[in-house]
Amino acid sequence: MSALSPDHQAILLTLELAAVSTAIVLLLATPLAWWLAARHERQPTLASIVAAIVSLPLVLPPTVLGFYLLLLMGPSGAIGRLTTSMGLGTLAFTFEGLVIASVLATLPFVLAPLQAAFAGLGEGPLEAAATLRASPLDRFLRLVVPACTPAFIGAGVLAFAHVVGEFGIVLMIGGSIPGQTRVVSVALYDHVQGFEMSEAHALAATLLGFSAVALFFLYRLGMVMPYRAASRRP
Amino acid sequence: MRWPEPPTDPSPSGRGVGVRVLRQILALTIAALSATATANPPPPPLRLAVAANFSAPAREIAAAFESQGGGKVEIVTGATGNLFVQIVEGAPFDVFLAADRRAPEALEARGLALAGTRFTYAVGRLVLWSKDPDWVDAHGEVLRTGTFHHLAIANPIFAPYGRAALQVLDSKGVRGKLEERIVRGESIAQAYEFVASGNAELGFVALSQVWHDGHFDPGSAWLVPEHLHEPIEQDAVGVGATKHPEAARAFLAFLQGEKAQAILAAHGYRAP
Repeated sequence: MSALSPDHQAILLTLELAAVSTAIVLLLATPLAWWLAARHERQPTLASIVAAIVSLPLVLPPTVLGFYLLLLMGPSGAIGRLTTSMGLGTLAFTFEGLVIASVLATLPFVLAPLQAAFAGLGEGPLEAAATLRASPLDRFLRLVVPACTPAFIGAGVLAFAHVVGEFGIVLMIGGSIPGQTRVVSVALYDHVQGFEMSEAHALAATLLGFSAVALFFLYRLGMVMPYRAASRRP
Repeated sequence: MRWPEPPTDPSPSGRGVGVRVLRQILALTIAALSATATANPPPPPLRLAVAANFSAPAREIAAAFESQGGGKVEIVTGATGNLFVQIVEGAPFDVFLAADRRAPEALEARGLALAGTRFTYAVGRLVLWSKDPDWVDAHGEVLRTGTFHHLAIANPIFAPYGRAALQVLDSKGVRGKLEERIVRGESIAQAYEFVASGNAELGFVALSQVWHDGHFDPGSAWLVPEHLHEPIEQDAVGVGATKHPEAARAFLAFLQGEKAQAILAAHGYRAP
């Protein structure tokens, strides 16, 4: 890592943060979206309460959200006391802290498309699979996942792009530590504030170029997938 | 809802009348508003672009200026770098109170300053501060011996307090040892927030943040001797594109006066 320029280090760190956060948020959001889609009709009030709580991070400006996370993660905050009692220390200024914050901020963006896709699937195919004695796990992995692949890709793209572009929260809880919490958005901000415009432009161009290419491939993948899934149908 | 067509539709339907009345009310309101606007233009306020760290004293100084008949003053606060870029891009500010010397100098160098108005209006004092009453000793020896995990500073790339903090670490010969434990706030306000929330055990903050009514806030503090770092000078300058240069100059003169200097001293700044 030491041979890298600070900006390249920031780019690598951002990609790492986005990848880890996206994986975790998909793992968390999938069962939650499934539960919400299933409860939507049977327990609309409960499902709505849960959905509302999870969506709350959207309401707060990111810097405000980051400010409260900083307080919560501090030694006298609820999260801070929990992590300290677990022997983990406090989470502010750590990569792990950024992951948790990113997951929290990204969850609503991932939940919505997944929930819509699960609801759109309907109960018919699942019941048919159940009569063929497919276990619940089987039904999920071999029916739901292939049928909802475009939604998973779309949700993943949103999560990834959102974490790469996230600034306010990271600014508040990160501490701009090279290789730990100094991500691209913060590095860019540092350059602009330091009047280092050419470095800022170079970094912004790299970020935009990379993101455009990555998003293109992901969307391309998402557009191809439905047809593949359809052609596999008996 | 369908929009009625007055010239071709002569039928006075109830809806048509309602819309016509609404239109007349709207027209009258607009006429009334424009009449008051042209007949009685409010005196334009003097707009100050103020570095966030100086917002509290700036408000007091502005109030004192107003009460002396200096005219209405409006304050916009932000990071010095952001305010600088906004002024370069034509933001409607009249006076710029920066947190450093660099931004006003850069304005001057670009010919965007009101000629001959730049001066140092305040000198900031650096404090090593902790919320814990036992952390910081009277000589900053905690930097050599302390077992803290995080030392918060403002970003040294562009925040003068951050640059000064690194110079203190250098003059104490502990920068290399502490490098791993330094966390950088984007501004001195954020460095303070890191310490005030307890996420960093101690940090270099501005005296103005922890000095109220002649006392340090609860905790422990070391007022860093000024010979350990370059002076933290904050410059003010008139904005060249201002529409009221006389008012801008009047405010800048007031800022150099005894009254303004007493206010900023009470807020933990040193008069230059």
